[in-house]
Amino acid sequence: MTSSQNVSETPPARADSTFKVTMVPGDGVGPELMTAVKEVFKAADVPVEFEEFHLSEVQNMASEEKLEEVLSSMKNNRVAIKGNILTCVMLLFDHKQYLQSYEAESSIKLDLFANVVHVNSLPGYSTRHNNLDLVIIREQTEGEYSSLEHESVSGVVACLKIITREKSRRIAKFAFDYATKKGRSKVTAVHKANIMKLGDGLFLQSCAEVAELYPKIKYESIIIDNCCMQLVQNPYQFDVLVMPNLYGNIIDNLAAGLVAEPVYRLRINCFEGARHPFAQAVGRNIANPTAMLLTASNMLRHLNLEYHSNMVSEAVKKVIKQGKVRTSDLGGYATSDEFTRAVISNLAI
Amino acid sequence: MAGNAWRSTVSRVMGDIKTQSPQPRTFSRGIQTVTLIPGDGIGPEISTAVMKIFEAAKAPIQWEERNVTAIKGPGGRWMIPPEAKESMDKNKIGLKGPLKTPIAAGHPSMNLLLRKTFDLYANVRPCVSIEGYKTPYTDVDLVTIRENTEGEYSGIEHLIVDGVVQSIKLITEEASRRIAEYAFEYARNNQRASVTAVHKANIMRMSDGLFLRKCREVAENYKDVKFTEMYLDTVCLNMVQDPSQFDVLVMPNLYGDILSDLCAGLIGGLGVTPSGNIGANGVAIFESVHGTAPDIAGKDLANPTALLLSAVMMLRHIGLHGHANKIEMACFDTIREKKVLTKDLGGNSKCSEFTADICRRVQDMD
Repeated sequence: MTSSQNVSETPPARADSTFKVTMVPGDGVGPELMTAVKEVFKAADVPVEFEEFHLSEVQNMASEEKLEEVLSSMKNNRVAIKGNILTCVMLLFDHKQYLQSYEAESSIKLDLFANVVHVNSLPGYSTRHNNLDLVIIREQTEGEYSSLEHESVSGVVACLKIITREKSRRIAKFAFDYATKKGRSKVTAVHKANIMKLGDGLFLQSCAEVAELYPKIKYESIIIDNCCMQLVQNPYQFDVLVMPNLYGNIIDNLAAGLVAEPVYRLRINCFEGARHPFAQAVGRNIANPTAMLLTASNMLRHLNLEYHSNMVSEAVKKVIKQGKVRTSDLGGYATSDEFTRAVISNLAI
Repeated sequence: MAGNAWRSTVSRVMGDIKTQSPQPRTFSRGIQTVTLIPGDGIGPEISTAVMKIFEAAKAPIQWEERNVTAIKGPGGRWMIPPEAKESMDKNKIGLKGPLKTPIAAGHPSMNLLLRKTFDLYANVRPCVSIEGYKTPYTDVDLVTIRENTEGEYSGIEHLIVDGVVQSIKLITEEASRRIAEYAFEYARNNQRASVTAVHKANIMRMSDGLFLRKCREVAENYKDVKFTEMYLDTVCLNMVQDPSQFDVLVMPNLYGDILSDLCAGLIGGLGVTPSGNIGANGVAIFESVHGTAPDIAGKDLANPTALLLSAVMMLRHIGLHGHANKIEMACFDTIREKKVLTKDLGGNSKCSEFTADICRRVQDMD
């Protein structure tokens, strides 16, 4: 499974030592998965209180004011857990309205500059490449997703990709700090500087400059297309990968596909899971809550609730390892509810 | 028999790349002249290998070797040597080995120059799992068609202020329509069931939105071919889990670059992947897409498979299916037998031994 997180400072502990967390279930199976999280947290007696918001581009539950409400809640609570907010494709041609999806907008407004995806093979569930342990760090406030597009001449659209030294240095420093903190040995920068000489060239240069400040960590670079090829042939050569926005999107998904069958993988971008709403599963009680539960566990670790974090993740891993209760995406017949109940019964309280 | 069924599938995939214009023919006494660009590094040795095999197969091909090192033309613009251009314009068909991309030579990459000179707008890469060369992915049978003239590789970059760079991705109606039409034509001519447009229109709403819109429009004229759309990240996710769900993929430049290399990785790497570039005036240049491998150049260690399979793709394009099938079969048989494999395929043999084995098989087939 892949889990990801965005790092910011730990929110202050409260007087009644309950943490307040913003919850945005999103579209598709998001709401069902959030229910699973709430049930497990209740059973494990986790001191977290959720502030729920229903934000959706497709269900007409969205507006600028709503988004602002959610963002200010996130800013207050400092920690949030969210599902995927589907981008409405119909808005494609009505680009006068909004050029930016809510996803991108919230990332930029909250300055969530780093998206970290930890790709880890699940023990007990084997795929083509087992025992994988990669970390993918993606810059997500600039690059190709700056949403600066214009039609200068009819029939010709230009889309701007912006790379700045400041943000490149920031993500590089984040990557090396992360590697140092987690005891990782190598950081590889992913780029296309042979073609985009100025843009990716600047990114690469910034990474190299930061690398010099961390002599204990090995630094390498690789071109994006070669990187993709190497990931499917020999993913074990990589440790921590750092890259700009678009490549990050691609590599995240690629790496996630390497370790698990489920059609979505989780990211903790302010602790978010279920990037793909998995539309066919809605309401049928078949979605796999694993990713969302592991996301929630990671979130607890970030809140320094180590004990509860481990309790939840151990329970989930136990259920997967035993192999008796499996949802359909992992080849079984269990419903989401059954899986959730199995996790609850495995909580080592 | 499984072997035959598989071979005919492969033949079907690496089949004709027909364009709407009539097949170019420069036949004199039934022989097609092809411009051969050996390239750098291991280029010359693998080109020699291909020529030997073609000779053994008695293929009616005459090779015209040309060099494409950039020269400065009148007006100071870099261009390919006039002899090379003349040869390609006359023959229309070319086979190219790997070219070195110099880092600071002052001129753009040769591949880029070739692309601009002949308006090679479509890059076609059929990826089929090779029986006998095992990878974790055994059921790959897809084709990536990549728009090759614009998109993220327009080369337009500016330094706005110190520390801020802007790169421009250009998408035009014309180029999008052209590549979409090519993709559907290819699907129709090669009996492929579906075409999938790969994009990121949820993020790049105007640019990829335009590309997608054009694909949808062209799809209307090809009702016999199924048309689907998929986000780039979803494609990547699904590609590494179950590549058999994909058929023909069409996409803009950058995504094409990444996906075509990803697919090459699924079947075993660039050393075994063929590739063809289709241009505007019936020009088609087939090439091996691996690097020049300077570390093994001249040591008789190179693997000519990629260039050979590209040459086979070329034979089919010209209509010489008989010879194409013969040579391809010989190549796959040699790989399957595993007796004379080059180092990158897991063996210990020399390039010349590998080549000789294929020649022998081809001759035995007559």
